[in-house]
Amino acid sequence: MSPHTRAVETWTLQPLTDFVREASARLVLVLTPSGQVLAQSGFSRAVDVMSAAALAAAIVASTGELARQLRQPPFAALSHQGPRTGFFLATFLTDRGTLAVLAVYDLDVSSLGIVQLFYEQLAADLKAASPKGAVPKQVLAADFERELTDSLNTLFGR
Amino acid sequence: MSAALDLITRVRGVRGAMLVSAEDGLVVAEQLMEGIKGSAVAALAASLAGRLRRAMEASGTGRSVFWHLQAEQGALLVVPSGEESGNLLVVAVAEPDVNIGLVRLELLRAAEAGT
Repeated sequence: MSPHTRAVETWTLQPLTDFVREASARLVLVLTPSGQVLAQSGFSRAVDVMSAAALAAAIVASTGELARQLRQPPFAALSHQGPRTGFFLATFLTDRGTLAVLAVYDLDVSSLGIVQLFYEQLAADLKAASPKGAVPKQVLAADFERELTDSLNTLFGR
Repeated sequence: MSAALDLITRVRGVRGAMLVSAEDGLVVAEQLMEGIKGSAVAALAASLAGRLRRAMEASGTGRSVFWHLQAEQGALLVVPSGEESGNLLVVAVAEPDVNIGLVRLELLRAAEAGT
């Protein structure tokens, strides 16, 4: 298991570890659409996790709204590819509520096809592993900072 | 495009033919028998093609024009196509005992035709 893969909710750890290994992804976040991080892989600084989670949540929200205005169901996945690096962002439904996966991959070791292929497996594994009958916990503004600090402490082993 | 794939799949023992984007490993066009997962084959072919291209460049042998991966239950045959032979892959999925020469010929024809 990669020392750089950590989870706030432990049921996400094995599916994420498998995905990182098989898809050769450099950075991965599993998060809720509100930006609450459940697991991460490859990040070395808390500030990077916070930034990536906030940006991913913003993209999920803005594309969701765009889809709503177009009277379409929410987009399943979004991909952006640069000359050397690509990122893939997708959402799926579990018993834990809607989750998003953000994966960053280097084009010399992986590809969109590989990431998409193993993302399907990751989504299936997370759906199967998610706690049944769990009601997604609402993060209140008053608890936000404490929740965030606790999550980051878990994700970076502090 | 589909005519080129049609000629490949007419060869006895070929279970499917695909055009795959070499850069991202996505399916551009496909004619596959039921049970073959096109997205998985495309991702595998593009991943192997990319690594093979870099290894061949490093070893100074030039571009690959055809490669054949033999497995227990089938074979993957690939010809790079498109600009500088790097844009598209013409891929055949075949049974282990397929006539490799004939499939190679049809793959090269499809690649030369620009698919």
